[in-house]
Amino acid sequence: MRGPEFLEQLDEALPGAVVGRNLEALDPWIDVAPERIADVCRWLATRSPVRFDSLQCITAVDWCEPDPKKAAKVAWQPHLEMVYHLWSTSARVSLVLKAKLPRWKADVPGQPPEIPSLCGVWRGANWHEREVYDLSGVWFTGHPDLRRILCPEDWEGFPLRKDYEMPLDYHGIRGK
Amino acid sequence: MASMVDDDPRIIEFDVRTDEMLVNMGPQHPSTHGVLRLVLRTDGEVVSEVEPHIGYLHRCAEKIGENLTHRQFIPYTDRMDYLAAMNMNLGWALAVEKLMKYQVSEKARHLRVLIAELNRIASHLVGMGAYGLDLGTFSPFLYAFREREKILDLFEEACGARLTYSYITVGGLTADLPPGWLQRCEAFLDQFEPIIKEYHALLTTNAIFVKRTANIGIMSPELAIEYGCSGPVLRGSGVDQDMRRDGEAIYTAMYEGYAFEVAVMKDGHYPRDHEYPAVPADAVLGDCWHRFFVRMLEVVQSMDLVRQAIDRYSACKGALGEPLKLTEKMPAGDAYLETECPKGQMGFYIVSDGSATPWRARARSSSFSNLAVAHELCRGCLIADVPAIVGSLDIVMGEIDR
Repeated sequence: MRGPEFLEQLDEALPGAVVGRNLEALDPWIDVAPERIADVCRWLATRSPVRFDSLQCITAVDWCEPDPKKAAKVAWQPHLEMVYHLWSTSARVSLVLKAKLPRWKADVPGQPPEIPSLCGVWRGANWHEREVYDLSGVWFTGHPDLRRILCPEDWEGFPLRKDYEMPLDYHGIRGK
Repeated sequence: MASMVDDDPRIIEFDVRTDEMLVNMGPQHPSTHGVLRLVLRTDGEVVSEVEPHIGYLHRCAEKIGENLTHRQFIPYTDRMDYLAAMNMNLGWALAVEKLMKYQVSEKARHLRVLIAELNRIASHLVGMGAYGLDLGTFSPFLYAFREREKILDLFEEACGARLTYSYITVGGLTADLPPGWLQRCEAFLDQFEPIIKEYHALLTTNAIFVKRTANIGIMSPELAIEYGCSGPVLRGSGVDQDMRRDGEAIYTAMYEGYAFEVAVMKDGHYPRDHEYPAVPADAVLGDCWHRFFVRMLEVVQSMDLVRQAIDRYSACKGALGEPLKLTEKMPAGDAYLETECPKGQMGFYIVSDGSATPWRARARSSSFSNLAVAHELCRGCLIADVPAIVGSLDIVMGEIDR
């Protein structure tokens, strides 16, 4: 199901979309080129032998160490990792997709990196993407209504970024 | 292009609209289950659009999770779905245990089933009582809370808390049951079982209740799946899925050996393990009535499971085992686990860099996905039906806003 044959079919249908894999992990995952994510998901939802008809969760993981002393010791380069958890109701199996994004668009801090929206594949992606935009700062291109969902509309910054600093004042409310 | 614009029904509506009105429901409206604000666009009594505004209870629990060790995060999971805190504790504990490849003792496993299913009954009782309130009947709420109170008393005896338990924790449970607890729990079940009939008389088969819920807010299985709905909301649409049976090995192993049938309509009928009232003629699969009914079936199902768990737990000879240390290190890697909570599938995703503190703690809330579908269900309904539809989703804002 989640084995190599399945990946071969995906590779054949969309050459070059899968850029990495780890099938030995606790939850086996495949690494997808970010600009192809919507194509891959559309294939998984409509063409694949196992139809992944439901998007359960979208997570953005910020790989960044704000402390320069600790940052010198880590093995990875700062980046943002998108994690998509899909589920197939008919086959009752899950699938994990990952995609690597730069932390900021064109390295300008405050400018969210872009990735295609999945709203065209599953309508349920709408709120999940709004939440990721709100808290982690990722811009989903093609999203019909991308704005903050949990934080107030005039909130600044993206709280789940590792280098986020809590504002000291919000409309007269003390932050710290 | 011009013809496309002419054909667009919204444009024509716009041209002739006479008395379209924006109505704000909430965030302090009693039928919005906490602090949910709904903006209704209405034409007279007919709602053309519903837009939920959420976030009033947002505490960024995920950020808190990045600053605490895995076990220290347990009390914060209590405050997600505060009506089923035991199930929230269990979800997080199992996700951490999955990452650590840790297995709890046999005794702890059965005690977890016992506690989690008891909390499911309590949660569904609130769901049922509050749903009655939404539809304008006050007494079922009192009937439901009378029994829930007894479950809370049992929980208080077991762990000292009545709402935010932190009882189930990473590596087991914080304490064993006090002496005599099992007898009191059995006494409660014996006393509770005949009362279910009262609930069915008060709501399930009540003519007014059926009129208010049957054939209202119909959700097709495809729509439910596409929005990632889960729990009674998904099963109310006839999708046969329950994580206790279909989930990942670490979770289904907990229920191994337990006999239960998933509460879903198959081939035109619900499981026949108990006597249930007949489905009213007006009810359509996927409407508010069916979502409510699935919850009522699950109350009986959970009662069965609690009884089975009591037997197995008391037959266990070994020790309960100690929970893991607060600072026990997790291996580097990530793990995602969904458990069947009363409101639906609650998912926890942990990314670890090898320390005791998660690098990223993510909570996938079932109510969040269940509420996201509300605008599809409310399109074209009457204003009075909006509370009926939103109430049938049985949402908890603490879990949506996190």
